[in-house]
Amino acid sequence: MLNKYPLWKYLLILLVLALGVIYAVPNLYPDDPALQISTQKATAVVDERTLEKAKKALSDADINLKKAELTSAGGTLRFNSGEDQLAAKPVVAAALGDNYVTALNLVPTTPNWLASIGAGPAKLGLDLRGGVHFLLQVDMPAALKQKLDVASSEMKAALRKDRVRYRSVTIDNGVLSIRFLQEGDLDRAESLLKDQFGEYVYSTRQNGSDYYLDAGFTEASRKSIESYAIQQNLTTLRNRVNELGVAEPLVQRQGSDRIVVELPGVQDTAAAKRIIGATANLEFHLEAGLDDQGGDVETLNFRNGSGRTARLDRDIIITGDSVSDASSSFDENGRPQVNISLDSKGGQKMAKVTRAAVGRNMAVVFIEHKSRTRFVKTDGKLEEVRKSYSEKGIISLATIQTTLGNSFRITGLDSPRESSELALLLRAGALAAPIYFVEERTIGPSLGAENIHLGMVSAQIGLLVVMLFMLVYYRVFGIFANVSLVLNVVLLLACMSVLGATLTLPGIAGIVLTMGMAVDANVLIFSRIKEELANGTPSHQAIHSGFNRAFTTIFDANITTLLVAVILFAVGTGSVKGFAVTLSLGILTSMFTAIVVTRAQVNLVYGGRPNKKLYI
Amino acid sequence: MKVTKIPFMAMRKVVALISITLILISIASLATKGIKFGLDFTGGTLIEVSYQQAPQLDDVRGLLDKGGYSDVVVQNFGSPTDVVVRMANAYTPELGSQVLATLEDSGNVSVSLKRSEFVGAQVGEELREQGGLGMLLALLIVMIYVAVRFQFKFSVASVVALIHDVTITLGFFSLFGYEFDLTVLAAILALIGYSLNDTIVVCDRIRENFRILRDIKPYDLINLSINQTLGRTIITSLTTLFTLFVLFFYGGESIHNFALALLFGILIGTYSSIFVAANLLLTMKVTREDLIPAPKEQLEDELP
Repeated sequence: MLNKYPLWKYLLILLVLALGVIYAVPNLYPDDPALQISTQKATAVVDERTLEKAKKALSDADINLKKAELTSAGGTLRFNSGEDQLAAKPVVAAALGDNYVTALNLVPTTPNWLASIGAGPAKLGLDLRGGVHFLLQVDMPAALKQKLDVASSEMKAALRKDRVRYRSVTIDNGVLSIRFLQEGDLDRAESLLKDQFGEYVYSTRQNGSDYYLDAGFTEASRKSIESYAIQQNLTTLRNRVNELGVAEPLVQRQGSDRIVVELPGVQDTAAAKRIIGATANLEFHLEAGLDDQGGDVETLNFRNGSGRTARLDRDIIITGDSVSDASSSFDENGRPQVNISLDSKGGQKMAKVTRAAVGRNMAVVFIEHKSRTRFVKTDGKLEEVRKSYSEKGIISLATIQTTLGNSFRITGLDSPRESSELALLLRAGALAAPIYFVEERTIGPSLGAENIHLGMVSAQIGLLVVMLFMLVYYRVFGIFANVSLVLNVVLLLACMSVLGATLTLPGIAGIVLTMGMAVDANVLIFSRIKEELANGTPSHQAIHSGFNRAFTTIFDANITTLLVAVILFAVGTGSVKGFAVTLSLGILTSMFTAIVVTRAQVNLVYGGRPNKKLYI
Repeated sequence: MKVTKIPFMAMRKVVALISITLILISIASLATKGIKFGLDFTGGTLIEVSYQQAPQLDDVRGLLDKGGYSDVVVQNFGSPTDVVVRMANAYTPELGSQVLATLEDSGNVSVSLKRSEFVGAQVGEELREQGGLGMLLALLIVMIYVAVRFQFKFSVASVVALIHDVTITLGFFSLFGYEFDLTVLAAILALIGYSLNDTIVVCDRIRENFRILRDIKPYDLINLSINQTLGRTIITSLTTLFTLFVLFFYGGESIHNFALALLFGILIGTYSSIFVAANLLLTMKVTREDLIPAPKEQLEDELP
């Protein structure tokens, strides 16, 4: 009975460990704080000249630059410290102008030969890096109501065209009701609408002397509206986040009606929130003529708070959705303005309407969909009541001098900030349905750095304490266990890096906890060996059966823990998911190191020799 | 190391009494005091700021009161210079920066925002539901796995031991009013995994001894098995407790309660894997035949 592994087994173990070391090493190289320069415009490119411009601005501002380089994604400016990076952002953004997007970023310093085989440091979670996490709820009832609003004006037009007389149209709780005085009108309306608006289900009812036709959504059309709303909002949010200039943002659907947005490294959270949550849009209306009245006219306030009002035609010429590009600048008098280009369909519509209306006034209306949350006590329980409403205001009313085409400009905005944000929102597109924040977490950069420090310190002390204990208690075998323990941490880090898993503070806690638990397998094996030795078994036999008999126990005990970790992964969010990841990976790697790697060491040291006393 | 000969099962009645008392206290506390759920589960707003110099909390409260924020809880967080401001469900997107501005107002105080968190009431409620479901699911899966790998009596014994550990740890949090946030939920689930690990090691030894030892009463066999695994149980618990102490003292305020839950839970878990599961097996009259199908000859012997 000799405890020996065949050569290939030793080589295989060495190979696995070598790969582990290679893929874990990048974690030793801390990321450089950097600025990422990119451009969304077709007319601008990032090249040496752009970098020179940025470099000059930085040296004028007395900010130290570590390195400037061109990459496939644009330009990267590396700095020595986070403070330099933060100070540099406005300087570079101002020097390069509107055509470029400047984003805060962390750039890996992994040596090239490591990067070329796909090795890189593990991603850091928001709690270690700083940044913002938002959970947004898409307001589905509002999306459905918006759809019914549009349908109601279309249905009215259809009824008018066929001279069906209706009294009123109301929308309540996702159902559109049309009131008639004559049963004949009801019947004609029903067959007409069923024919033209097939996506709704219709029902009729009578209330007193009035007849009602109710139109509601079919299950299929409700689903398709909802899925369109969330898809469209995802796209819009992605565009907006890109415009914000955030490196490695995350915009992801969660569940049926929620969207997660994570912006690492963002400092100005108020601005980020304003832009992400904005539901602003533009509408272009003609001013109503003096003889127009009734339901076709609405009276709106001017946004500048002057108390002026204007009567506008309800018909919309175009909305912000027809805008293909927008940028902000200043007019001759230094007032902020937004230059707008329309897509071809929007341009045609605009031309057609304005050609027939030269000399009349056209209003630009700014709309924001907002929601207000109030807390109402019902049955002793505090309940959230959310009410959606729209705010409309005229930003400009100007005489149409000539037929308008594809591009024009609008003025009347309060501040340069407002004009640049409006331009951004028009470029990125409007949200298909209103959204509101249901969760928000902001982690300042100082807290991130502090968390990394705390995590590192506890990991080091934890490792030291466990190793010391094992050494004192198991002596030579304690050394074997300690080597396995260190290799376990290395393999765990390597797995995290290769899988692209995110490291969070609870994740580091998971690693520290794993250290304490990973030695368990070795403790089980060693206790068995001791028991065998106490029974008088020769040392080689004791080692052999110690490993063999402990195996099923280790296996059963670890599999159940793994199952629980998987559940934790499914239930947890954000940083807790990070804990589940390190815990489950730690279980897998520790089984390999504690059983296979420890055995290899024992075999190497005791294998070739005759039975002798074991220091255990 | 010699195998100890502690008559654990002789203490089973006393131990059962202790366990039942602890569980009753826990349930009573959970029923009357409830659990102090953290922001993750209740919803609300939290803002953590860092002062250059330690402020007087009363001054901070006064300042916030003047700023029009009612129903505010102000506490130190980890160090005297760090302050946490908690508010019930009153949220506007700019709240974080507004509160910061209010705090800076008091003359020349330099305050920096460390983090701000807002969780909607709806999200919190869902998370609470999800967390409870997760715990139940974990117990269910464990029960199935143990029933398949071992035997039904073992599965009942280990799940009861787990419920014992979880209930008492929850009771501990309820009784002393420690805050229960998402990291504590993670700790409880990790505890289920850990405590089960311990119980399985003992059960595994009991199963093995049933196979190799004949002519020994279940009572003595269980005693022997516990004594044989005692060394391992204590050493593993010790190394785990060491690392948890490190996390408790050096890991920072945000995982303080996580470490606390696991520290307490592992003490209870170690106790339960020695006493509770084995005790239950004995109560359910576990026999060799539960694990090994009766050999054929025996059946034939019984035939007339």
